[in-house]
Amino acid sequence: MTATCLLVASLMVWTASASAAALEPPPGASACSGCHLASAGRRAGVPPLTGRNPADIVAAMQAFRSGQRAATVMDRIAKGFSDAEVEAIATWYADRR
Amino acid sequence: MTTLDISRRKLLGVAAASAASTLVHAPAVAQANPRVVIVGGGFAGATLARTLKKADPRISVTLVESSRTFTACPFSNAVIAGLRDLNAQQFGYDKIAGDGVSLAFDTATAVDVGARTVTLGGGGALAYDRLVLTPGIDIRWNALPGYDEAAAQQLPHAWKAGEQTTLLRRQLEAMDDGGVVIISAPSNPFRCPPGPYERASLIAYYLKTRKPRSKVIVLDAKDQFSKQKLFVNAWKELYPDHLEWVSLSQGGNVTSVDVGAKTLLTDFGRRKGDVVNVIPPQKAGRVADLAGVADRSGWCPIDPLTFESKLQPNIHVLGDAAIAGGMPKSGFAANAQGKVCAFALAKLLNGSAPGETKLINTCYSLVAPDYGISIAGVYRPANGTFTEVEGSGGVSPSKAPPEMRALEATLANDWFGTITTEVFG
Repeated sequence: MTATCLLVASLMVWTASASAAALEPPPGASACSGCHLASAGRRAGVPPLTGRNPADIVAAMQAFRSGQRAATVMDRIAKGFSDAEVEAIATWYADRR
Repeated sequence: MTTLDISRRKLLGVAAASAASTLVHAPAVAQANPRVVIVGGGFAGATLARTLKKADPRISVTLVESSRTFTACPFSNAVIAGLRDLNAQQFGYDKIAGDGVSLAFDTATAVDVGARTVTLGGGGALAYDRLVLTPGIDIRWNALPGYDEAAAQQLPHAWKAGEQTTLLRRQLEAMDDGGVVIISAPSNPFRCPPGPYERASLIAYYLKTRKPRSKVIVLDAKDQFSKQKLFVNAWKELYPDHLEWVSLSQGGNVTSVDVGAKTLLTDFGRRKGDVVNVIPPQKAGRVADLAGVADRSGWCPIDPLTFESKLQPNIHVLGDAAIAGGMPKSGFAANAQGKVCAFALAKLLNGSAPGETKLINTCYSLVAPDYGISIAGVYRPANGTFTEVEGSGGVSPSKAPPEMRALEATLANDWFGTITTEVFG
């Protein structure tokens, strides 16, 4: 009886943590939506990040960081993130709608 | 309590007592619906409320806010300069309520840290497991001798958007051509570090285009300010006859206010204005004092990973009220902090430790309607506060073609639309 209870309780904990983990943005990702629209629902000069090919976001961030791509603020922001962090952010946005 | 609840609680009680690892998770599972109360529905609090409810719908989220309409400060300088209507700054809480957040349009009058309750002015109290305070700023009345609440009706601060914004605009509109506008800028820290200089710029734009024999004078308690080189260069180019900045070392520090004479007293003399805008010293919003989370500086020290107060347990502070190291007191920063804090709270309430974080700030300022400049930064928790990531961040280039300045003005507008849609739309 006690063993079953433990299992049930552990599963409940696991389920709650797992759902929070799937939603949880990697470091830096949640700040992007201050400027980047959550979806393409509104016209703006800044492209949405959701549902994009992660390779495009990674390539853009590398080009901003190196100065190859002209920027207003993104050159300054890209320099604050490592390749691994950019990869994680790009992957997370690819899974969002 | 139903039978099901009793058996579930018993079951969890047994589980919690059985193993140390489970015990860590006990608060989350024993409390069927953890309760989070948020006081303050600005960029930080409203963002947090929505994000938290989406991150974990089981959490009961209550947002306490005294006003049914939020009036945003970013872009309110454009309202003062007659370039925008105040209602473009205003947002309601319907969409936030629609996401399952309970709205309490009321004022917090007391916080009982031991009992974990917030007393409301309209009667009753809210119990919490975690309390989040996002009160923004309050004015430190009389910190500048002579400047009290009554004085602000004559010499507006307009540093909380709303009636004060409209009052300053009307005074500018009523001023005769040839008049002098004086802005008094405070020492650090204060809400929106580039704000006084954007305001001076847009008022200069208004004067240049509408009342060209007039000028605006900034009396500053500082020698340095945000985006200084960009502002000063733009002023030389756009407003050589309409804007004068008087630094601390030039005698700009205002020491007291003579309200009746519309005169500011400085270290070096007296300055009379036809319109006087006093941006006074500030502190964390009042509820921070009630909860005992503000230190002697008037602002709230926090742990940068969780935003938990360093002075009181189970109370978190973010936005302008918090001491956030290198992060400025801005709407962008408050929104970014709200999202990060929401996930940290979801984890804490599920009995796990918050993960690594990184935050961004971007602040645009308008020097003219088609002339925008920006500052950006990336921050991480380090040494007990937020530290700017080395090599990142900075301001717009000091030399740039007009197209670049126009683009940044457009992006500033886009930013306001995007962030207010995320928070209130």
